[in-house]
Amino acid sequence: MSNYVIGLIIVMYLAMLFVLAYFAEKNPRGKWTNNPYVYTLSLAVYCTAWTYYGSVGIASRSGISFLAIYLGPVISFPLWIVLMKKVIRISKQHKISSIADFISMRYGNNRFLGALVTITCLLAIIPYISLQLKAVSETFSLISSKNSYVSTGFLDDSTFYIALLIAVFVAFYGTRSTDTSQHKKGIIATVAFESVLKLVFFLAIGIYVTFYLFDGTTDLYNQASVQANFSQLTSLGGLENGFNWLFTICLSFFAIFLLPRQFHVAVVENDNENYLKKAIWLFPLYLLLFNVFVIFIAWAGNISLPDVVNHDYYSLLLPLQQNHQGLVLMVFIGGFTAVISMIVVSTLALSTMVSNNIVIPYGFIKKLVEGNPEENTKRIKNLRRLAIFLLIIFAYFFYVNFSAQLSLFSIGLISFVLIAQLAPSFFLGLTWRRGTARGAEIGILVGLAVVFYTLLLPIVSQVMMPNVKFVEEGLFGFSWLKPAQLFGLDYLTPESNAFLWSLSFNTLSFVGFSLRTKGNYRERNYAEMFVNHSNYENLQEGAFVWKGEAYVADIKRLLSRFLGETRTNRALRLFNKKHNISDTEEKADARLINFSEKLLTGSIGSASAKILLASVSKETPISLVEVLNILEESKETKANNKLLLEKSEQLTAMAHQLKEANEELLFQDRQKDEFLDTVAHELKTPITSIKAASEVLEDDDMPPELRRQFLENISRDTDRLDTLIHNILDLEKLSDNRTELDIKKRKINKTIKKALKGVEQIAAKKQVTINFKEKDNVEVPFDEDRLLQVLTNLLSNSLKFTEPHTGTINIRLEDGDKTVKVSVEDNGRGIPIEDQAYIFDKFYQSKNQNTKKPQGSGLGLAICKKIVEGHKGSIWVDKGFKKGARLVFELPKSRNGT
Amino acid sequence: MKKILIVDDEPNIVMSLEYAFKKKDFGVFIARDGTEALEIAEREIPDLILLDVMMPQMDGYETLKRIRENEKLSQTKVVFLSAKSKEKDIEKGLEMGADGYMTKPFSIKKIISDVEEMIT
Repeated sequence: MSNYVIGLIIVMYLAMLFVLAYFAEKNPRGKWTNNPYVYTLSLAVYCTAWTYYGSVGIASRSGISFLAIYLGPVISFPLWIVLMKKVIRISKQHKISSIADFISMRYGNNRFLGALVTITCLLAIIPYISLQLKAVSETFSLISSKNSYVSTGFLDDSTFYIALLIAVFVAFYGTRSTDTSQHKKGIIATVAFESVLKLVFFLAIGIYVTFYLFDGTTDLYNQASVQANFSQLTSLGGLENGFNWLFTICLSFFAIFLLPRQFHVAVVENDNENYLKKAIWLFPLYLLLFNVFVIFIAWAGNISLPDVVNHDYYSLLLPLQQNHQGLVLMVFIGGFTAVISMIVVSTLALSTMVSNNIVIPYGFIKKLVEGNPEENTKRIKNLRRLAIFLLIIFAYFFYVNFSAQLSLFSIGLISFVLIAQLAPSFFLGLTWRRGTARGAEIGILVGLAVVFYTLLLPIVSQVMMPNVKFVEEGLFGFSWLKPAQLFGLDYLTPESNAFLWSLSFNTLSFVGFSLRTKGNYRERNYAEMFVNHSNYENLQEGAFVWKGEAYVADIKRLLSRFLGETRTNRALRLFNKKHNISDTEEKADARLINFSEKLLTGSIGSASAKILLASVSKETPISLVEVLNILEESKETKANNKLLLEKSEQLTAMAHQLKEANEELLFQDRQKDEFLDTVAHELKTPITSIKAASEVLEDDDMPPELRRQFLENISRDTDRLDTLIHNILDLEKLSDNRTELDIKKRKINKTIKKALKGVEQIAAKKQVTINFKEKDNVEVPFDEDRLLQVLTNLLSNSLKFTEPHTGTINIRLEDGDKTVKVSVEDNGRGIPIEDQAYIFDKFYQSKNQNTKKPQGSGLGLAICKKIVEGHKGSIWVDKGFKKGARLVFELPKSRNGT
Repeated sequence: MKKILIVDDEPNIVMSLEYAFKKKDFGVFIARDGTEALEIAEREIPDLILLDVMMPQMDGYETLKRIRENEKLSQTKVVFLSAKSKEKDIEKGLEMGADGYMTKPFSIKKIISDVEEMIT
């Protein structure tokens, strides 16, 4: 492929990223950029060119040990989530914008520590960036045609211009706001997008190699297994190698927290803590997918390609060998995306650290104090832009001069070992409140020195001083001082060796010096808040421990230099309102100092913010006891407030309950009224009838036939009255539980037969058929008289609602495990659905009865229900029965109910 | 001959009323619910309707409302018969536009004398 075509494609690709970032920035609250998937994908910035190309290289030479770098994050991810939650909360609360800021803040806004962390990161990451550039450059020359234009210096080297374009991209989208804790949606959107691209492309080439070039994994295995050194490629390699695995896993575990780019995407750009829940399974899945085909591509390369080629680029060389230009370009672009996202996020994070933790606190701050807000904003932005360009250019020259001799894998590991030096001050700082700034500083310095001696010195001496023998013989001839086999441990890889010893010395120094020194009150204050974060996270401004004198006017002047007049006024107004402070208050209190510090931290870093505020206030030291007291007090205030809130909530709940009880009483009253009204109506109706008939009967001329009819009516109405009164009393008795039920185990079959005998005559008269399939041996406890009442009532109802001649009533007796069920069904007109829920209510009579009012008190079913419930049973209408009405009741076999 | 319509769902009560009014030479019509009452009233245009309040489906109040909406029945008097005997029930019935309100149990003699007073 021609250089120019590839160059054009690269430029087009970068242009597309610009456009993508533009749209993401334009709609920063949109759901396309704010979701857990974008968050998880942005974490995949972990996978760089090292993953994309380097894993294959290492797999082809040393087998599956490449996996350790991904197993670390996968295994430790649950722990990552737990710790990350805490780190994210602390960082949001304090507007932390980088790992350097985080560590510096933990140890009391320590300026030197912030700078030291930044320098460690620079040492680790600049070679790492140059490694990425190296990958671009090498893959570029691999796929470009041999007779194309070949560069002679950096001015006509395409990699240099690619690096510059990336710098422009970061400078443009990374410095839009001076507040570095502000989210950079554009950049994160492109990173997430590239994470998808690189994974898809890598899987595609994996599938192509495994299933197109070869006949699946078995075929690859068979062909690879006949090669020399194959067994070495597939084994874990004994106990000693096990240590190498362990250390590499630890190393990658630290890296996923501490790499500046990981801290940036995981913490600084986190929108929502809940995104972690999605990431907990999605991110390990991503890493596993990325590694599925690595080993197969490595085998395929070992089989098909000559050993002299660079093993790292098997995935590019395999399609190139087949002359599949499209695939070659795809793999190249995939690797390119991995490079870009790594460089973009890394330089963004590093430039913030350089400006906020080195340049501003060391010197530049004086200039800022004198400048006006517009100038300051411009200065800070330009400073960061300059840092971005310098970082990338520096990485480029590092690549040109040094990294030619090193593989992708080894530079990556060196970088990890360097970054791991932050682990003791970071992890112990989060869990151990005794850790001090002095301990952290010395720990990191000692660790760096050990790494330099054990890992960097051998490499440098190899290149620069090939005749100096201390690497082989040990310093001053002491063999236990051999850099790569320190203290005689000779089975570790150089990186594991360096990791083990540097971290051991680092941790020992950190712990030792922390125990010996007692940090100042400021350190102890922050230590308490970081370690015991869950206790204090809700306290906010109140928890800030500060004692001294400062004037609001001074602080205001200071803030407006960085935020501008309007923003400062607005911020202070909101602050005063929130804390009920008068706008005319002259003296600043601890809350205002803390609030201002947070406002400034976003723009210039925590160390600088501390220095600035110290310049306008007179601070007096506080003892540890006081620190704890103040924290405890604000906790108590918080607790008291909570108590008050709880009390008031209880009162509200009580008032609500009272209201409900009152409503219930009113409802019961209304029901009682209604019941009495109905009783009155039901009683008055037969009385009216009797009275009217007796008046009419006074007429002597009445024909005897009619006279008899009236007399009969009177008699019937009297019976009706009697039944009604009896039922009302009965119901009352049942409701009050005054009636003792005579419940004994009996044969229910016999009682049903008795009930049938009672209605026999009426049924015969109406010519209604009653069927009952007897089951003689069913026994269940019940009160015979009461159950007879229920059965008679149900049967009378059925008789009442069935047609003469055609009417049929079926009684079924079912013997269950725990209950006995009796159903009475008829082929009458049935019960309308709207009535079914009410028929057991007192005096409820179906509206459909209107044509001819059936006789009844309106209490029959209500009484049945009470009786069945008195047996701890239940009664209901079978809704599924459509041919007529079907009423079912169920009695428990045991006396304690079902 | 004066026409009277008796509306009640209790057949025994209706029977006594029917006998007493026929004896006094009224033309007597019977309805067992509101719907039937409206039908007969529309056809016969009675001079007076004795209307029970508590009936299934269309109750007395609703029936009265319909009667008052019917122009043909503008001359017809309506008297409620009800077991509801509280002050407020009576007031409600009269407010609805009834010409009289008789509480159950009633005296047939009193009903007849009241009715005669109203429509002669």
